[in-house]
Amino acid sequence: MKYDLVVVGGGPAGLAAAIEARKNGVERIVLIERDRELGGILQQCIHNGFGLHVFGEQLTGPEYAERFINELNNLKIEYLTNTMVLEINDKKEVYILNQELGFRRIEAKAIILSMGCRERTRGAIGIPGFRPAGIFTAGTAQRFINIEGYMVGKKVVILGSGDIGLIMARRLTLEGAKVLAVVELMPYSTGLTRNIVQCLHDYNIPLFFEHTVIDIKGKNRVEGVTIAKVDNNRVPIRGTEVFYECDTLLLSVGLIPENELSRNAGIEIDARTSGPFVNESMETSIEGIFACGNVVHVHDLVDFVTQEAQRAGRGAARYIKGEAIDNGVVIRTVNGNGIRYIVPQKLRLENLNDEINLFMRVDNIYNNCRLDVKLDGKIIKSFKKRKVTPGEMETVKLKKSDLSTYNDCSLSIEVVKE
Amino acid sequence: MFDVAIIGAGVIGCSIARELSKYNLNVALIEKENDVGNVTTKANSAIIHAGYDAKPGTLKGKLNAKGNLMFDELCRELEVPFKRVGSLVLAFDDDEMKTLGKLYEQGIQNGVPELYILSKEKVLEMDPNISDNIKGALYAKTGGIIGPWEFTIALAENAVENGVNIFLSNEVVDIEKKDFGYRIITNKDTYDTKYVVNCAGLYADKINNMVSNNKMEIIPRRGQYYLLDKTVGNLVKYVIFQCPSKLGKGVLVTPTVHGNLLIGPDAEDLIDKTALNTTSEGLNFIVEVARRSVKTLPLNMAITNFAGLRARTERDDFIIEEAVDAKGFINVAGIESPGLSSAPAISLYVIDILKNIAKKIEKKENFNPYRRAIPKFIELSEDEKNELVKKDKRFGKIICRCESITEGEIVSAIHRNVGARTVDAVKRRVRAGMGRCQGGFCSPRVIEILARELGVEMTEIEKDHEGSYILTGPTKSEVQ
Repeated sequence: MKYDLVVVGGGPAGLAAAIEARKNGVERIVLIERDRELGGILQQCIHNGFGLHVFGEQLTGPEYAERFINELNNLKIEYLTNTMVLEINDKKEVYILNQELGFRRIEAKAIILSMGCRERTRGAIGIPGFRPAGIFTAGTAQRFINIEGYMVGKKVVILGSGDIGLIMARRLTLEGAKVLAVVELMPYSTGLTRNIVQCLHDYNIPLFFEHTVIDIKGKNRVEGVTIAKVDNNRVPIRGTEVFYECDTLLLSVGLIPENELSRNAGIEIDARTSGPFVNESMETSIEGIFACGNVVHVHDLVDFVTQEAQRAGRGAARYIKGEAIDNGVVIRTVNGNGIRYIVPQKLRLENLNDEINLFMRVDNIYNNCRLDVKLDGKIIKSFKKRKVTPGEMETVKLKKSDLSTYNDCSLSIEVVKE
Repeated sequence: MFDVAIIGAGVIGCSIARELSKYNLNVALIEKENDVGNVTTKANSAIIHAGYDAKPGTLKGKLNAKGNLMFDELCRELEVPFKRVGSLVLAFDDDEMKTLGKLYEQGIQNGVPELYILSKEKVLEMDPNISDNIKGALYAKTGGIIGPWEFTIALAENAVENGVNIFLSNEVVDIEKKDFGYRIITNKDTYDTKYVVNCAGLYADKINNMVSNNKMEIIPRRGQYYLLDKTVGNLVKYVIFQCPSKLGKGVLVTPTVHGNLLIGPDAEDLIDKTALNTTSEGLNFIVEVARRSVKTLPLNMAITNFAGLRARTERDDFIIEEAVDAKGFINVAGIESPGLSSAPAISLYVIDILKNIAKKIEKKENFNPYRRAIPKFIELSEDEKNELVKKDKRFGKIICRCESITEGEIVSAIHRNVGARTVDAVKRRVRAGMGRCQGGFCSPRVIEILARELGVEMTEIEKDHEGSYILTGPTKSEVQ
């Protein structure tokens, strides 16, 4: 099997990337999805709030996905569902498995990786205690409730204030369960402020910052969890333990980009994002292999995933048509004070259109601050912010003309308190 | 009427069952859990020890080295993952170097082949990730790693294939002495048998005390572990021990047969035989000790932690003997470490005791020693993969992403003669849910497949032990 472009993953990133590549003239595209339908995790996100940036209206996850799926169909882009990509390599071969074709090799001119992310588990954060049934990651619980139609518990404690956890606090409440508390290790939420308000405050669900779960009781099914306050080093403080009787513990303790395929292909991974290093076209360290969406870094809004994926789709199209320019001015992005990561990590100036959006996350809450953008130490732009928080991704839009007078150099962004 | 009833289907009970299935005997294997190997067997270091630890003259000393050498053939016959990677006991000072000398001597007396005391330089050459602070190490070439539950499941399947009757979810509540032998009463049924083999692990005392006045007490000794992701499974090449202490063989760092990295255990004597919980103290302790063995310990790659309980007795040795006041009742108790390593030799030892009691037991002519494992789809060649998918489409569908496990493998695990009934039973047979996402993606699918194949509701599917229900009911049922 031969294609110009293989897109791995049919969630919002893969859909937008494939559509954009087709709009930019790529002929033979195949999008590969392991689940039984396109749309990815959006299909289980039946709450609204998707699409404000892209469509200027509030959609549910399935509605947001449907618009892209319809467009994919209108553009007659081929796709395979129930199909697993088992391996990709630097020769841009893609090995797939499904029930009809069996195990097959696809040769591609370019690949776009859009495998999304997975949830951190209890094991990853090392909660001690028994190992009964009743401990779910928030996303797994969301799938059980919204797709399979089964409840996962009646009295629930949620660890972590990530967006899925917050959304699930509301969802479980609406389904008749009692959410006793949301417990967050950090002094701030890792979810969107609007979700704190709409999912917790509106339902009087208490949120405890600087707390964690230190023990799980119950040999067969969860019977309760012990939570405790933590000190500045995130170590539980003795004497602050409180036992909550519950049958379920939900974990919303972070997402990890799903890069097993990328790693095995030899793609370089940025330890800060856990996703591939990418350039302005979302191209990874292997020429012709692009990446976008949560596989690159974890986004909090699908709208930004879509924008990033469109960039990858355009980049792949340009590469396939031989129009990518790989010499000229290269700018590397560098985290300044207060910045945890910046994507993309590398900009090839010649390939920029008029402007570029840089996505980043800050490392703490800062009120009334500036984001200073410096080229080789010299401030070229400054953005005033009333509040930045690790729970909400920041974007900075730069014009090509802001950058064009400089030779190979580094571009740093830092948070400056006003 | 059974000839022999084995109580307890852990690795010891299943080894004995499989060994007995070579004879013309009517054998019952009775287990309180809903799966074989579901207590002590499922949570241990998964090590096949070489056999230098135990004092010469003890049963442990006699049976470990002998058992160790039986694993190659057994695992070949049963298609069980087993690797003789070799083990190293590290010494950090001169005193510990002396301990290595003692272990070496013990090993020779116990009949352990291929033992060597190595210099620091040699050890670091063999495995550069080992700590620079060592003085030397004892290298045992025959040390190995195994999948303990795969081994137990394979033994059980092969035993059943050869005629053993298995009764799961049958908790023995009483045993009566009869003229013919014993009547075993469980929460489900009654089983009459001429002889009883008590392999009840942590509860071997309870079973013994039902028939014997020679009371026994099992002390649960807990050990905690961390399991790390496959990306760091090659951190060490060997099973890395430190010098043993009073509380056992100490904290080890080892690759597993599945390519993960395992750290642990500590040792803590308890009273509660169900205290399979981990504690932050225990987990911190094993990490602290393990850091001595290796240069770096990538704990951020941990995917789970767990605890196991060893069945200890005051005798500090295996108890494998007929109860003095109960003819034909054989205790196989106190099988703590190196129980897994000794299992094949223990089963031969028990058969000899039985032969002595029963006088004549005959070998079967048609015993089939072979058990075919469930095909590991991902490890097949391209042609084999395609052939299998053509034959059975369910092999074309990956259910567990992390471990690349197909629906075909899961269905096969459910429909074997000792088939999976729970999510964890599937996990132990084909590793679906054993990877880095710990079932986050695949558990809804596994539950769906279990419910479909077993013809029950999704809400009836349990995670592991009885009572470990996962779903509380359909949505909308709770809304007032």
